[in-house]
Parts: sequence; structure tokens; C-alpha cells
Amino acid sequence: MSNIAITDSGPSTAAKPLLTRLGAGFVSRLVIIVPYLWLLFFFFIPFIIVFKISLSQSAIAMPPYTPVLDFTDGISGFFAGFRDLNFDNYVWLTQDALYFKAYVTSVIIAAVSTILTLLVGFPIAYGMARAPATIRPTLLMLVILPFWTSFLIRVYAWIGILKPEGLLNQLLLSLHVINQPLIILNTYTAIFIGIVYSYLPFMVLPLYSSLEKMDYSLIEAAKDLGCPPTAAFWKITFPLSLPGVIAGCLLVFIPAVGEFVIPDLLGGSQTLMIGKTLWNEFFANRDWPVSSAVAVILLLLLIVPIMLFQQAQARAQEQDK
Amino acid sequence: MNPTWSRFNVTSVVLGFAFLYLPIVLLVVFSFNESKLVTVWGGFSTKWYVSLFHNQGLMDATWVTARVGVISATVATVLGTLAALTLTRYTRFRGRILFSGMVFAPLVMPEVITGLSLLLLFVAVGLDRGFFTVTLAHITLTMCFVAVVVQSRLVSFDRSLEEAAMDLGATPVKTFFQITLPVIMPAIVSGWMLAFTLSLDDLVIASFTSGPGATTLPMKIYSQVRLGVTPEINAACTILIAVVAVGVIIASVANKRREVQRQLDEQAAQRG
Repeated sequence: MSNIAITDSGPSTAAKPLLTRLGAGFVSRLVIIVPYLWLLFFFFIPFIIVFKISLSQSAIAMPPYTPVLDFTDGISGFFAGFRDLNFDNYVWLTQDALYFKAYVTSVIIAAVSTILTLLVGFPIAYGMARAPATIRPTLLMLVILPFWTSFLIRVYAWIGILKPEGLLNQLLLSLHVINQPLIILNTYTAIFIGIVYSYLPFMVLPLYSSLEKMDYSLIEAAKDLGCPPTAAFWKITFPLSLPGVIAGCLLVFIPAVGEFVIPDLLGGSQTLMIGKTLWNEFFANRDWPVSSAVAVILLLLLIVPIMLFQQAQARAQEQDK
Repeated sequence: MNPTWSRFNVTSVVLGFAFLYLPIVLLVVFSFNESKLVTVWGGFSTKWYVSLFHNQGLMDATWVTARVGVISATVATVLGTLAALTLTRYTRFRGRILFSGMVFAPLVMPEVITGLSLLLLFVAVGLDRGFFTVTLAHITLTMCFVAVVVQSRLVSFDRSLEEAAMDLGATPVKTFFQITLPVIMPAIVSGWMLAFTLSLDDLVIASFTSGPGATTLPMKIYSQVRLGVTPEINAACTILIAVVAVGVIIASVANKRREVQRQLDEQAAQRG
């Protein structure tokens, strides 16, 4: 196997001048190191800082927290700092029932909307996978296109539809389905609608890619052998689509737990979700240490689903090879 | 017609697309509403577009967003392509698991966490919040999306082309620029566009990492939405949708034309 830009990659490079080989080694190291360092500095280290700040105390200053584990006093100062660590923010989170309720509500809302998205997305993906091969690329493009239009705009569009004097109520009133406007905006129902709508493409795409690979002669065979269609679905179609189901559910569930825009714009002030709580702690209360503690707990809550997602990604990549 | 495409299949696809597109269509339609009430039709008018262009705050925010988008998408495309090469070509190096974790995690990480952690980093290293910090934050987020898009193209890449080039004496770097890069170019272009639209779209991370004088368009739209739904915002949203739609259509037409050209070239080559 001869890799591009790798020094020891077979007989063809062995004959090359030493300088070229050294150069190639340098290039290949650069290919790895540049994105690695970037992500380490801008993605990994920030989490450590969040953890650090979550152990400090709120203060009226800029930045609004007391310094902890600082290197300004040298290494000894850093270790002395361990004495000042302060778990009050975490104690505070357990004492105020509001936070606990916000976490639980967020997980429940995310789980229910993930199931709803699956129920809405599966027939669409299945229909797309069985469409004539000539129109499938167009259908795929049509699913991806909303993903390119702004998330904020798509959520905003629902305000005009769901308001008491909005388009949905106007339609239902004029059809005499209802006598007085339904209150949907600023309820949990609106959040469910918002999440299902915004995350639908994330569910449909992985489902479609696993359903499209499916061999439909299996279903024909089951039918010929007298298997009823529902049984054939649960015994053949669903198990074969399982990688897509898992990937789709994780792609919806994980971000939905920490969602801010949807509960804020569609859920109003009466609904409780942890992403909104974190936002308010930070922007309204200016309490950076508590919002850091909220973030740390949220991350711990999501670490297992995130790891499952990575494994699913790695497995999909192996299969493509 | 495919006989297995049942009526149920057709109905679910049609209903699904209606659900996906109806809200966007309604939003566009009501941006041309004469009435100030967004949901009551009062006749056709383009006055909200005119007032939009006289809204200096919105215009400034658009300019900031466009600059952040172009710079961050360009840097993210370079970094994301390198990350994709690392993921597909180097299966063994120290810290590979951490690396792939750091590429995939941002895709699903709740934005409030990413935004807060980046802000705390910028404060810790003493960077003033503003245009520069928003750009850095967007590079970090979008490079991971670029990496995934480019990676999916690299996985299906025929490596024997590279081997042939190197056997013929091309250096690895030259092979990359002459063989690999042209082949993965469509993925890089769509990666850039995805990065640009994600940057254009982002509210949460920008709100955390931005400072005075660097208000982006989503931040501006959000603060106006909180005050109430107005046709002017509908007009702003419609323009944003139009810009993205035109971009996507141009890219896919260009892609198709390149594909047709390639097929013609291949046929010509086969005929000799």
C-alpha cells in the first residue's frame, strides 16, 4: 500500500532522493498536526476551561468570576489553588429544583421528539428509497435544500403559523373545524413541532441511505412464502434499516437536548429547557460559573450518546471502504 | 414507472415535502404583504424590501455576516480538508481516537456548550470579543462539517490513480495537487458552501463569542423577532433564502456540467 505523502510507502519511493522523502514526511506530519492542534486548542481545551470556571465563584468584575487554578503565581500558586476550589455551583444546581426539572424536561422532550421525527421521517425515507431511480437524486436534493436555509428562519416561520391569530388557526376556523383559536404557540406542543420540523432532514438522510442499499427481492421472497406485509416490515425492512435509525436518532436527540432557539422562540417563557436555562444564566444573570456548571452537567449527560454517535460514524466509514 | 412505488410511498413523500416546504413558502409570500400584520393578506407590495435597505443596522449586520462567512468558510475548508485526509489516509498515529472524536463531536454538540466554552477560552487568553473571535469560532465549528463532506468523497476515491502518478515519478505533493485535489474538488466546493451557510445561519455561537460592533445578521434578526414578527424580517429572510438557493442551484448546475464533460471526455478517450 502506498500512501500519498507518506515516507515509507513502498518500493517506488525508496529510490527517491533523501531530501524528497524528508519533505514528504514533513508534509504528512503537517497534514495531521495543523487540524489536530486547531481542534485541540479551540475545541478540547475550552472544555477544560469550562470545568475550571464551574469551580470558581461569581464576582462583580470582568471577567465575572474569581480566578482559580491560575498560573500567574507560578506552579506553586497553581497547586495552592486547589484549596480554593469551590463546588458551591454544583451544590446549588442540586438544591434548586428548577435545574433538575430543566434537565429532566429537556431529555424527555428530546426523546419524544426523536421518536416523533422517526415516525414522520421513516415513511418519507422509505418512499424516497422506493422511488424510480431517475427521480431519486432530485428527491434527495429536495431533502437537503431546507438544511441550507437558515435554521433561525425556519423556526421563525412557524411563529406566523402557530400564533392564536396565525395561519393555522385562520384555516381551521374558516373550515369550521374549531370554534375558537387553538393555543399552540408558547406551549410544549410548539416545541415538538419545531424540533420535528427542523431536524427532519437529519433523520431522513441516514434512513434513506440505509434503505436505498436494501435488497427488495428479500421482501418479494417473504411475500411469496406467505409472510404478511407487517411481519415482513418488522422482520426484514426495519432490522436492515437499523444503522440508519440509530444514526438518525442520535443526530436528532443529542442537539435537541441542548436546543436553545426552538424553545426560546416557540416555547415562550412558560416552558423549561436546559439550553434556555444556560443562556439565561449567562446573558440575563451574568453568572458565568453557574452557567459553566450547567454546561458540564449537560455534557456529562450527553457523553454516552455522543460516543455512540462516534462509533456509528466510524462503523459507517469502515463499511464504505 | 417502478411498480413497487406504491400509492402509500408517493403520498408519504408528497406530504413530507409539503411539510418541509410550506412554512418557507408562506414566509416568502407574506414578505410581499402590504399589511403590517404578517398573517393577514393586504395586497401585494415590495415596500418592506425598500424599508429593509434603509435599515442601517440590518445592512451593517449583513456586511459583518458576509465577511465572517467568507473568511471562516475559506479557512475551515482548508483545515477540514486536511482533517479529512488525516481521517482517511492515516489510520495509525498517536491520539487518532481523540482526533476523530474532536471532528465528530462538534457536529452534534449543543451550540450553547460550544459557544460558552469558546467564549471562556477567548476570555482566558485575553482576546477581545468581536469580529475576529466570531470568525475563529465559526472556523472551528464548520471545519468539522467540511471534514465529513470531503471524507465521504475520499473514501470512495480510487487510490490506484495516485499510485500510477507516483510510479511515474510525481512527488506526493505534486500527486496531491494534480490528481487528488481535482477529483475531490466537488466535495471541497460543497464543503465550502456548507461552511458558509452554517456561518450565515449561526445565532447561538455568534451571540456568545461576538462583541460590540460585530453584530451578525442572525443576532439582529433574533433581537427583532423577540420584539414581534414583522414583514420586514420576512423580507430579510426571503433575501437570505434567495441568496442560498441561487448559490446551491449554480453549484449543482456547474457540477452536472462538469460531470457531463467528464463523461464526454471518457467516451472520446475510449474511441481513441
